[in-house]
Amino acid sequence: MTFAARINQAVQGAALMDFGRAFGLAMKHVWAPKKTVMYPNERNPQSPRFRGEHVLRRYPNGEERCIACKLCEAICPAQAIYIEAEPRADGSRRATRYDIDMVKCIYCGLCQEACPVDAIVEGPNIEFAVETREELYYDKQRLLDNGDRWEQQIAKNLELDAPYR
Amino acid sequence: MQGAQSFWATPGGWTLLTVAQIVFIAIVVMVSVAFLIYGERKLFAGAQMRKGPNVVGPFGLLQSFADLGKFLLKELLIPDGANKWLFMLAPVISVVLAFGGWAVIPFSSGWMVSNINVGVLYLFAVSSLGVYGVIVGGWASNSKYPFLGALRSAAQMVSYEVSIGFVIVTVVILTGSMNLQTIVAHQAGWFWNWNIFGGGGLRNLPLALVMIPMTIIFFISSLAETNRPPFDLAEAESELVAGYQVEYSSGLYLMIYLAEMMNIILLSGLIGVFFFGGWQAPFPTPFLAHWSPTLASLFGFFWFLVKTGFWFYMFAMIRIIVPRYRYDQLMRLGWKVFLPTSLAAVVLVAAWQVFAPGHGV
Repeated sequence: MTFAARINQAVQGAALMDFGRAFGLAMKHVWAPKKTVMYPNERNPQSPRFRGEHVLRRYPNGEERCIACKLCEAICPAQAIYIEAEPRADGSRRATRYDIDMVKCIYCGLCQEACPVDAIVEGPNIEFAVETREELYYDKQRLLDNGDRWEQQIAKNLELDAPYR
Repeated sequence: MQGAQSFWATPGGWTLLTVAQIVFIAIVVMVSVAFLIYGERKLFAGAQMRKGPNVVGPFGLLQSFADLGKFLLKELLIPDGANKWLFMLAPVISVVLAFGGWAVIPFSSGWMVSNINVGVLYLFAVSSLGVYGVIVGGWASNSKYPFLGALRSAAQMVSYEVSIGFVIVTVVILTGSMNLQTIVAHQAGWFWNWNIFGGGGLRNLPLALVMIPMTIIFFISSLAETNRPPFDLAEAESELVAGYQVEYSSGLYLMIYLAEMMNIILLSGLIGVFFFGGWQAPFPTPFLAHWSPTLASLFGFFWFLVKTGFWFYMFAMIRIIVPRYRYDQLMRLGWKVFLPTSLAAVVLVAAWQVFAPGHGV
């Protein structure tokens, strides 16, 4: 640093010029509109592709979509999905167990991509905090119930995203 | 009425009155701490374009009281290896000293608990003792981070006390008294009588060249003295977690926090008293002679509040906009910049008082 630059820096420091500028900037922001979103009452917009809590969907006639092809189990990078399958009384192939360990899951969305019948879908829900780990080990009934609860929104989201697939 | 008068003059009555004053001031200061913390958080949030506390009570005004409840309901943990008594004593030392300082602050004409002759010295002693709360707390925790934090803050507080001392000496030279009421009375009249402008009317105005930097040095040193950002190395959370407060929880932590905030308000008030005329209005107030004494005192108290509030606002703004100093920068600033500057200022002010036209010889 040259001598003149040092003097210049010392004078600027002594005159608190940086401080003055920062002060002005801070006060400008104090009066600026706030960015806070009052979360439980307000929410940020959510993409239709958002990957939240998993659901298992049903056909409109109430028949479950999942055919236990185990593609999701195979592709799951975290190996969070466990499926057991048997033919049902009417001869159709269905899952007898369909478990997702939501603690293992990394919410990558590959199960949703792999599913040939749009049965397993990651819905828009993010509020599924619970008090124990055991509660986060979802079984088939839990996932189907989720599907019934979120079906309307999921169907709309899939429809909105369809042109880009 | 006569009977009542004589009762307050007896030792018992005097003691009662003084204790009542102390309790009153303690309560008012604690309540104001609660709202100043709220104000600071709001300001901090505003500068970051957040809303800040706005849920508890109207506009979040009761946030500090909710925090108080939270602190008191938490479990009090005392570490196994800690020296139990010293561990509990440290926050008590801090709080007692923080309250003690308020004894000599002139809130308004005649509004102070104790009008002692060496008020400045007393304040200086009390704020110097404050370092014991930090060191004892850090040592008694028997843990690495608190100990490092305590050592840092000890060195820091001691170094900056030196320059604070010299700055106060310039004020004492200007006003010729260590009594805080006298210092305030000396700055009566127009605002150019304030110590920041030389403290002697227009005749002393050239001294403003010395006293304005002194005011800034006093302010920055009080930041270091209270371990406030940008000098909060004692509790630098990126390196020391929370410094000497790491092991504290619940009520003991509350006491440390309370002491810290009270010291900040105390120093904001002191900057007002030393350099900005304390409770004096920035213009002559001959009309106060026609007012009732209580009303006149309230008028003075208003100006004290304005000045204290302004400097607290500056404390808060500094915390918002200035990044934390490195330890060697802190020491360099204290010993290589502030100490020589304030020493030179003492010499200049003393020389002015003796040799300037119309003074001394």
